[in-house]
Amino acid sequence: MNIHEYQAKSVLAQYGVAVPQGHVAFTVEEAVEHAKQLGGKAVVKAQIHAGGRGKAGGVKVSKSLAEVEANARELLGKTLVTHQTGPQGKVVKRLLIEQLSNIQKEYYIGLVVDRASGRVVMMASAEGGMEIEEVAAKTPEKIFKETIDPAVGLLPYQARNLAFAIQIPDALVNKAVKFMTGLYACFVDKDCSVAEINPLVVTAEGDVMALDAKLNFDDNALYRHPDILELRDLDEEDPKEIEASKFGLNYIALDGNIGCMVNGAGLAMATMDTIKYYGGEPANFLDIGGGANEEKVTAAFKLILSDPNVKGILVNIFGGIQQCDVVANGVVAAARQIGLDKPLVVRLEGTNVEKGKEILNQSGLNIVAADSLADAAQRIVALV
Amino acid sequence: MSILVGKETRVITQGITGKQGLFHTKQAIEYGTKVVGGTTPGKGGTTVEGVPVFNTVREAVEKTGANASVIYVPPAFAADAIMEAVDAELDLVICITEGIPVLDMVKVKRFMEGRHTRLIGPNCPGVITPGACKIGIMPGYIHVPGKVGVVSRSGTLTYEAVYQLTVRGIGQSTAVGIGGDPVKGTEFIDVLKMFNDDPDTEAVIMIGEIGGTAEEQAAEWIRDHMTKPVVGFIAGATAPPGRRMGHAGAIISGGSGTAASKIKKLEECGIRVAPTPSDMGATMEQYLKDRGLLESCRTAR
Repeated sequence: MNIHEYQAKSVLAQYGVAVPQGHVAFTVEEAVEHAKQLGGKAVVKAQIHAGGRGKAGGVKVSKSLAEVEANARELLGKTLVTHQTGPQGKVVKRLLIEQLSNIQKEYYIGLVVDRASGRVVMMASAEGGMEIEEVAAKTPEKIFKETIDPAVGLLPYQARNLAFAIQIPDALVNKAVKFMTGLYACFVDKDCSVAEINPLVVTAEGDVMALDAKLNFDDNALYRHPDILELRDLDEEDPKEIEASKFGLNYIALDGNIGCMVNGAGLAMATMDTIKYYGGEPANFLDIGGGANEEKVTAAFKLILSDPNVKGILVNIFGGIQQCDVVANGVVAAARQIGLDKPLVVRLEGTNVEKGKEILNQSGLNIVAADSLADAAQRIVALV
Repeated sequence: MSILVGKETRVITQGITGKQGLFHTKQAIEYGTKVVGGTTPGKGGTTVEGVPVFNTVREAVEKTGANASVIYVPPAFAADAIMEAVDAELDLVICITEGIPVLDMVKVKRFMEGRHTRLIGPNCPGVITPGACKIGIMPGYIHVPGKVGVVSRSGTLTYEAVYQLTVRGIGQSTAVGIGGDPVKGTEFIDVLKMFNDDPDTEAVIMIGEIGGTAEEQAAEWIRDHMTKPVVGFIAGATAPPGRRMGHAGAIISGGSGTAASKIKKLEECGIRVAPTPSDMGATMEQYLKDRGLLESCRTAR
C-alpha cells in the first residue's frame, strides 16, 4: 500500500526522523492559512501517489501568500502527468504546504528488503534527486549499501559508514546517523516494503532533513497496523482494483481487450503471455487464488465484464485446491445474471474437471471449450 | 529416485485441525504419504484422520519420530510455526501458507542460520515424489513416477508443467514448488544441486517468473555445474513494470527482473527456454530426444 508524502513525513516524524514543517491542504483557503503560519512563504506540493511530480510542474516555490494562493488554485483539481502516472495522469486533490528549505546539498537514502540476503539493506548515495535506478545502472559505484542483521538492527557504525561514504559534512554526521536509525526503526516497526528519502537534504542551518519521503507498506502486514490502513486514499486506486480487493481477488487493469480469469499468479501471468504470443492483448491480470467459492468466481467474472474494452474472455483454470465445478458454476451464474454477449473460451483442467465441463456444456451458454492453454489463447484471439 | 521426500519421510501437519490442514492431510494420507501426527495448540490428545494431535511440535517429534512437517497455519502465526519446527530439529519444513509478512520471513531466515533444517516456501504448493510421498496442495493424480525433476516459483504453473510431461508419457522424479515470496527458505540453486546429485533424475524443468535475480543466478550455476539438460520458462513477459503480479516477489523494478532479460540469460547459459507455457512439455520432450534420453524417461501410464 502507498501513502502520500505528507502522511509519510508524519509517520517518520514519530520516529525522530527530521522533516520540514508542513500541513496538508484540501482547499485554496486551507493552503493560504497554512502558509501564513509558515511566515507567508511556502512550497506548494501536489500530493498524488506517483513520483516525478517536480518535473511535471507539481511542486511550486511560492514567495508570497498571493503566490501560494495562485499556485494552490492552479494545482488543485489539475491532472498531473508524470512518468509514473501513465498518459492519463492523476487529479490533484491534496496539497502539502511546506516551509522553504535552504538546501546546500541533496543526497539519497533508501531501504529495501534484499531477496538475495533475505535482509533489509540501507542504500545511500550522494546523487540526491536522481532516480536511484538510473544511478544504479550508470554509476553503481556511487551507491553504498549496508546489510542489516534483524537481530540487532541498523548499528550506529553502519550508519556512520554510509554518512561518511556519501560525504555528509563531518559536523552533521551524528544528525545523519540519528536520521538513518530512525528511518530503519520506522521501516521495521511499520512493516514497510520500501522507504525512500530522495532527496535527503543538508540545509544552511545545519539540519539533515527528508525533503521528500516515500513509504510503501507490505500488504500482508497491514492487519497489524490499523493506523497505517487509515491512511489509505481510495481516490488514488483503480476502482476496479478496489472492488476486486473486497472479494480477495488479485486484479490489475491493463490496456488490452481480452479479459482473463485464472487461478494462481504464475499461471495468470503465463496466460497473459500466451495471449500476447498469439497476437492478442490481455485486458487484465486476474488471479482468483486457491479455493475460490462460486460467489467469488461470479464477482471476478462481473469485474472483467465491467471493463468496456473487454471484447472477449478467457478462463484458464488448473485446479489443485481449486475445484473446476465450482468455477464452472460461478461462470454460468455470472453469465446468466449479466447476459453474456461476448465470446467466452474456457479451459479447465485438474480437480473435478469432468464435472466442470459437464456444467458448462449443459448451461446452454455459448462457451467455446479449449483443450490446452495454447488452444484457448488461439481461439480467443481469433474471436475478438 | 527422488529428492527431499520419499517413502521414508514421516510427516506431521502443523495446523492439522484447521480447514486446509485437515483437507490436505486427508489427501496426503490417501496418496500414501506417511502422516504420523499433527499439532494444534490446545487440541493435544485428540485424534484426526486416524493420527494423533499434539500441543507442540517438540512433543509431536518425540512421540512420532517425525522428520518433516507441513504448515497450514494462518499467515499471522506462520513464522512462529516455522521457527517452532526448526527448533524441534526437523530435517524438512514445508510452509504452504500464503501472505506471511516479509519482515517475519527476514526474522525466520536469521533464526535458521546455523541450524540444519531445510525450509521450502512459504507460499508454495509443496513437494511431491510421485507414487511415494505428497506433501502439499498439488493434485496428486496428474503426476507419474519418472526421471524429470520440476522446480518452480509458481504453484499452478508447476501443475501445468507436470501435466504436459505426464500426457507425453514423461514421469517426474520430484516436483518442488519453492514459492513466490521474495524471502524464502529454498532457492532454485539449492534444488538444482539436489537434482544434479540425484542419480535417478535425468533432466530438469525450471519455471521462473519476473522479479529478482534468482533465475539469472540459477542459470549461471547451471552453466558452471549442471550435468543434466535443463528446460526453462519465465512467466510475466507481458507484465507492466512496477506492478506486483500476485506474488509479492513478482514485480519488475527499475527495468531489472524482466522476462526478456531473464530469458536471454537462460539461453546464454545453455538452458532451452520454452517459448510459451504451453510448450514446456514439448520442449522437454524434444530436448530429451536430442540427448538420446527420451526412451529412458518414458513412463508406462
